[in-house]
Amino acid sequence: MKIVVCIKQVPDTKGGVKFNPDGTLDRGAMLTIMNPDDKAGLEAALRLKDQYGAEVTVITMGLPKAEDVLREAIAMGADKGVLVTDRVLGGADTWATSQTLAGAIRNLEYDLIITGRQAIDGDTAQVGPQLSEHLNIPVISYAQDIKIDENTGTVTVQRQYDDRYHILKTQMPCLITALAELNEPRYMTPGGIFDACKAEITVWGRDKLNGVDDSNLGLKGSPTQIAKASDKVRKGAGEKVNLDPAASVDYIIGKLKEKHVL
Amino acid sequence: MNFMLSKEHEMLRTLYREFAEKEAKPLAQEVDETEEFPRGTAEKMGKIGFLGIPVPREYGGQGCDPLAYAMCVEELSKVCGTTGVIVSAHTSLCCDPIQTYGTEEQKQKYLVPLAKGEKLGAFGLTEPGAGTDAQGQQTKAVLEGDEYVLNGSKIFITNGKEADVYVIFAITGVVTDARGRTKKNISAFIVEKGTPGFSFGTKEKKMGIRGSSTYELIFTDCRIPKENLLGQEGKGFGIAMHTLDGGRIGIAAQALGLAAGALEATIAYVQERKQFGKPISAFQNTQFQLADMATKVEAARLLVYKAAVAKATQKNYSLEAAQAKLYAAEVAMEVTTKAVQLHGGYGYTREYDVERMMRDAKITEIYEGTSEVQKMVISAAILK
Repeated sequence: MKIVVCIKQVPDTKGGVKFNPDGTLDRGAMLTIMNPDDKAGLEAALRLKDQYGAEVTVITMGLPKAEDVLREAIAMGADKGVLVTDRVLGGADTWATSQTLAGAIRNLEYDLIITGRQAIDGDTAQVGPQLSEHLNIPVISYAQDIKIDENTGTVTVQRQYDDRYHILKTQMPCLITALAELNEPRYMTPGGIFDACKAEITVWGRDKLNGVDDSNLGLKGSPTQIAKASDKVRKGAGEKVNLDPAASVDYIIGKLKEKHVL
Repeated sequence: MNFMLSKEHEMLRTLYREFAEKEAKPLAQEVDETEEFPRGTAEKMGKIGFLGIPVPREYGGQGCDPLAYAMCVEELSKVCGTTGVIVSAHTSLCCDPIQTYGTEEQKQKYLVPLAKGEKLGAFGLTEPGAGTDAQGQQTKAVLEGDEYVLNGSKIFITNGKEADVYVIFAITGVVTDARGRTKKNISAFIVEKGTPGFSFGTKEKKMGIRGSSTYELIFTDCRIPKENLLGQEGKGFGIAMHTLDGGRIGIAAQALGLAAGALEATIAYVQERKQFGKPISAFQNTQFQLADMATKVEAARLLVYKAAVAKATQKNYSLEAAQAKLYAAEVAMEVTTKAVQLHGGYGYTREYDVERMMRDAKITEIYEGTSEVQKMVISAAILK
């Protein structure tokens, strides 16, 4: 079985957020981590590898330094890493990103593609499902459990859904989006780190992307235009009042009217 | 000369720190308070290879270098001195002598499960009358047929009751030289837990590293197979000394970790704690104390890393190991004491980690060769 896992190097929210003048994230200036949902997706792939035997390829689009996140994945147990990097791919929104990843994954063999549900920097949850559309394969999102039937080549997934879950079954190849709650990702191992640093990372530029038009790539190919971006504005300390229940209801209603909520 | 860590070692630091923060730190206070060995943490460390970092892959290890191992002990000790010494005693004092002196059969039988973390190791040299004076041993091993019969006891044994495999030293003969002086021939043995005649005595109640299982080992007509002799008969003293050279790097790394952990905690505290209307970090006394502490921690780090690299590249690294341990242990004691002082009254309470770190630091000046022994080793090396 061949599994492709899409992972993203995202800003470590502990390190603060920095922006480019055009409103996109200044990724070069921030501390980074592997996106938590993607890490759960990788762990799911590695568990399938442990259970059924599989070759796990991790792929990422990003700056050259995104190679680090691929090496981290290899140190956890992934077999191969592919870095898609090119200046013309910069500033991509979800549409251009999924087009880029599809163009790269068309060069790979796969039975299963796993992506994280969403990245903590964009929180869109769009890239996984878009990618499945471009590759014309089924998608099951929000997976909280994954089982493979090797005889029939099918995958059965528990899909998280508000207060319940759905059990969905589909034929491979298919795409699954994983939730951070899916599992507890394993640690790298010291020996794995030594291997990962020696591993050869495949680097692809625009010229290696298969079946993608230039008009769908990078900032120019991104329908999303960012008007303005800012760091989270801290909420004020709030207001504490000490009134009996009846008076406090009046007080709150008064405040809500004042703010034109009521 | 290059003082930059390699990419591998940078990534290792990230891994060790993540593990230490998530797994060891939350338990550190409780482990100290209850004096309970953190079995769960040891098992987790075993599963991800922390108990076989410098052991070659063919023997179940991670195939990394001694620096990778020292950094692991450092990062664990930054948050929990007990967890640091579990790894150090297991790796340096049990895996290393079996890897260095063991037969292929001994390596397959003992080193592989130790390195994979399926078993835990310990080392028994010290006796009531034989601490710094290792020649003062009383434990004896007598060959009877295909077995050695062990009688005697060992004290202050780290990982004491929790280990599965022990490297034990005992007298196998006494020789008299031409001038009529007698010398004890010491040999090393591999002893398994559960061997009839091998039992545990007193558990030590300690000032620091309180979760570490420190026990007396008792051997009463304990019969071990002849093939469990480690190295040649009578060569045990050399094995012990060589093993302790490596062990000192582990303890130096533990001391470094304790100092670095106390420094980190203090840097955070002095910026939060306000007196006279400003954070105490605004006072020059605090700033100068921190400057000294940070500089000494960095100097200790360089000595520890240099000793670890020397173990990988030199046949003899006694001097580097002794210098690293002497200095790092002194720095650990000084920095943790200053950390408590800068924390003021709060630092003296068990609510704050620096109180535990100061208690944990003291042992690094004592075990695996006291600071005085390190000075003997260093002066012997430079005066020869």
